[in-house]
Amino acid sequence: MKNKLIKILTEIRPEFDFNKETDFTENGILDSFDIINLVTALDREFSISIDGMDIMPENFSNIDSIISLLKKNGLSDES
Amino acid sequence: MNLKFSNKEIEGILTIVPANEVKFEDEMENYNFSTAKSLKLKLAMGYEKHRIVTDGTCISDLLINGLNYLFENNLLGKDEIDAMVLVTQSPDYFMPPTSNVIQGKLNLKQDMICLDINQGCSGYIIGLIQAFMLLDQEEIRKVAVLNADVLSRKVSKRDRNSNPLIGDGASVTIVKKCDKASTIYGFLKMDGAGSDALMIPAGGFRTPSSAATSEMCEDSAGNFRSLDNLVMKGDDVFNFVQREIPPMIEHLLEKAGCGKDEIDYYMFHQPNRFMLQKLADKLKIPYNKVPSNIVSNFGNASGVTIPTNIGFNIGDQLLTRQLNICMAGFGVGLTWCALILKIGKLKFNKIINY
Repeated sequence: MKNKLIKILTEIRPEFDFNKETDFTENGILDSFDIINLVTALDREFSISIDGMDIMPENFSNIDSIISLLKKNGLSDES
Repeated sequence: MNLKFSNKEIEGILTIVPANEVKFEDEMENYNFSTAKSLKLKLAMGYEKHRIVTDGTCISDLLINGLNYLFENNLLGKDEIDAMVLVTQSPDYFMPPTSNVIQGKLNLKQDMICLDINQGCSGYIIGLIQAFMLLDQEEIRKVAVLNADVLSRKVSKRDRNSNPLIGDGASVTIVKKCDKASTIYGFLKMDGAGSDALMIPAGGFRTPSSAATSEMCEDSAGNFRSLDNLVMKGDDVFNFVQREIPPMIEHLLEKAGCGKDEIDYYMFHQPNRFMLQKLADKLKIPYNKVPSNIVSNFGNASGVTIPTNIGFNIGDQLLTRQLNICMAGFGVGLTWCALILKIGKLKFNKIINY
């Protein structure tokens, strides 16, 4: 799951190394439109629908928070 | 607030859109975005093209055109209109009411009520609710609900939050008394604490327009707009919609004793495709029952997106058969509301160009 996630993030913002960055939203790496693109890509990649109520910056601030959100949608590390 | 109406029905719906169509790609260079990012945004949000007025067109121009179309095609008689309820955020003037201006220009009878209401994304439903209440009067038999906005004139072309989605348009919906027993169920809430989520900060009496208010400034996201322009806190609006609309629809369905699958179509206000598909997912309603193609084809003209949605997606169906419809509006105010009603065998239901 993590590798797929980093691939998607890199497609959205190729200028950043998401293995190294620590806070995507506070540091201006992902803006609100990036988050919309990310949610759209994650929904499609994993055949889920992230709840609209969960689309808030704190759930997209780093790799761990995004993975937690994906697990909330029934995915496992192996997904 | 729960609302209930009986012995009222919609007789016909006419939507008037500007003939001028602007494509998303033609405006991309205005935005502080890479082309690749803009194109991804286009896909997610459903931005394709939008209808925008030209040459200082006002809402009364669109509405007079629409009303004349109905008169000339014998779809409505001038003397039949006992009340005109005009819902808009872009009136021709501060004073007089634009509904009075329209009444005068069309030589309508004096024995009628003209009423302007300032509401936005919920405006179409607010207008219908007002019309249903007026129809309880003995001498009011037919109400013209006019809903119109030309807010593109107040949106900065360099504001990627608002400009790609904004649209202009107008609608004329005729509502009348009827003998049918079917009940119209409604629900409405407002939260003025969120009134700054969507606003035009300057131009009213609180902050009159001036050279200073017209100065373009860059926000933290790279958008350029002035205080005279519409500003939208997109994240706040998105969160408000996702928080309030699903429970409102569930509640109204319960009040109406109606299962989700008994509704033929959910004709929601059209902010963008992403937001609508998230609502549909949350409500577990198939996408084909929640059309989300109005921003793509016309833009978001506030409350007018609902009649545009009806005309564009089920226009022909409603001429011959009756459907169970759930409408919902949400936005400026903040205001959110919904109706469940039967609509069908309409005298007219179409979209015309101005």
